[in-house]
Amino acid sequence: MWGRVGALLLRYLYLYRRSLARSMEIFFWPVMDLLVWGFVTVYFQKLAAPRAVVFLLGAVIFWDVFYRSQQAITLSLSEEIWVRNLLNVFIAPVRTFEIVLATCLLGLIRATISASVLGLLAFGLYAFDVTTLGAALLPYLASILLFGWAVGMCTMALILRFGHAAEALIWGTPFLLQPISAAFYPVAVLPSFLRSIALLLPTTHVFEGMRATLATGRPALAPLLPAFALNAVYLALAGAFFGWMMSRVREKGYLARLAME
Amino acid sequence: MTGTGAVLEVEHLTKRFDGVTAVDDVSFSARRGEILGLLGPNGAGKTTTIQLLLGLTAPTSGHVRVFGLELPSHRRAILQRVNFSSAYISLPFNLSVRENLEVFGRLYGVKDRSERIARLLEMFEIPDVANTVTGKLSSGQVTRVNLCKAFLNDPEILFLDEPTASLDPDIAEKVRSALKRVQRERGVTILYTSHNMREIELVCDRVIFLSRGRVVAEGTPREILERADAESLEKVFITIARGGAIR
Repeated sequence: MWGRVGALLLRYLYLYRRSLARSMEIFFWPVMDLLVWGFVTVYFQKLAAPRAVVFLLGAVIFWDVFYRSQQAITLSLSEEIWVRNLLNVFIAPVRTFEIVLATCLLGLIRATISASVLGLLAFGLYAFDVTTLGAALLPYLASILLFGWAVGMCTMALILRFGHAAEALIWGTPFLLQPISAAFYPVAVLPSFLRSIALLLPTTHVFEGMRATLATGRPALAPLLPAFALNAVYLALAGAFFGWMMSRVREKGYLARLAME
Repeated sequence: MTGTGAVLEVEHLTKRFDGVTAVDDVSFSARRGEILGLLGPNGAGKTTTIQLLLGLTAPTSGHVRVFGLELPSHRRAILQRVNFSSAYISLPFNLSVRENLEVFGRLYGVKDRSERIARLLEMFEIPDVANTVTGKLSSGQVTRVNLCKAFLNDPEILFLDEPTASLDPDIAEKVRSALKRVQRERGVTILYTSHNMREIELVCDRVIFLSRGRVVAEGTPREILERADAESLEKVFITIARGGAIR
């Protein structure tokens, strides 16, 4: 018995040795959790206001919109790989752009449903009424959705290029961005070197804007401009990256290999 | 389309992957209504050739023209008029057969989809599985559903990669008959790969043998047998697979 257990253990160790993505799983989640909740604690220490719960609930809903929109792209195309349907899709007379667009729209639907359910739950459980600021928060929700699409496109391009080994990125990439997106704490909490990086992410501006809107009850328009400007840049870069990766994938024959594995 | 009636023209097609030549200066053509067998041992370059013809993989050099249109610049227009089925790919197993065919019918812009789907299911003798979840079908039924998908857009060229690989002899014979019937009635050109040499003799008008990425023999099954002085294509296959040559 122990011989078989040892053999299986060795097989998993080989896998971890050969896969950076799998190796990252061992320490990735704990490190990210530590970072996020550590900064939250710092924030709470500085905060002497009862708004913390409101901010956190808003952040949870907004973060979920981001998470669902990027996953709609990555999971939809990964699903085609898992059920060996990828070639059927790619030999149909559809543009790659159309495939990506369909998954983006799926992301919109998923995010809308998810945000609605979370909004209702937040209202029911915590009397957190997202609708009182509904219209003011919509541009922020739209902005975070766009960034989810950009991240989803990049992640999917990597999966098409590197295959099953990169699938952990579907769940991992959003959490790689979470600590520097100032989702659950203001960007001011971050050390200065991380703050500079954080301000390059649309999510940071969205969460800052969301907190300002929730705090004042008035739409905070200032963070919207950098958020949408950065989204435009990231969507353009993500589209170019996806296109470049697709041409590499076709050149190397990875598409067919991935689809028939 | 050219004056020779060729719907598919392949010229000096070469594909190298990191220094390994998978397809090496391959040239051939296929006429309208012809069933062309693409044969060879594992690793001969058959699958890579089909991928190149479908534009899934970009060639290192050479040209592919389908209906006189150059790949990859007219890829979408070409894909609208061709289709593909392989024993190694599948349709989503969590959708019903009808849902799967409906999705692909829409992707190909098929009109009167319900009628067409019903006709295809009838043609492949699986009308009773329309509402069954694809994952619950037998492998023979899955293969026939895949073929229904391949015929959805009424293709002018059909690429079939080992279409009868998982079928029992009875169903395989029915599939072959259906393919021959469609070829006769619709003038479909079929590029057919199989390791079943008896099947190739029965189905194909002409065959191309590939070995190590190169075309090593081309002609009708009868011509190949005469040139190889062999009694069956299986013997020819074994000769080629073991590095032998035929005239």
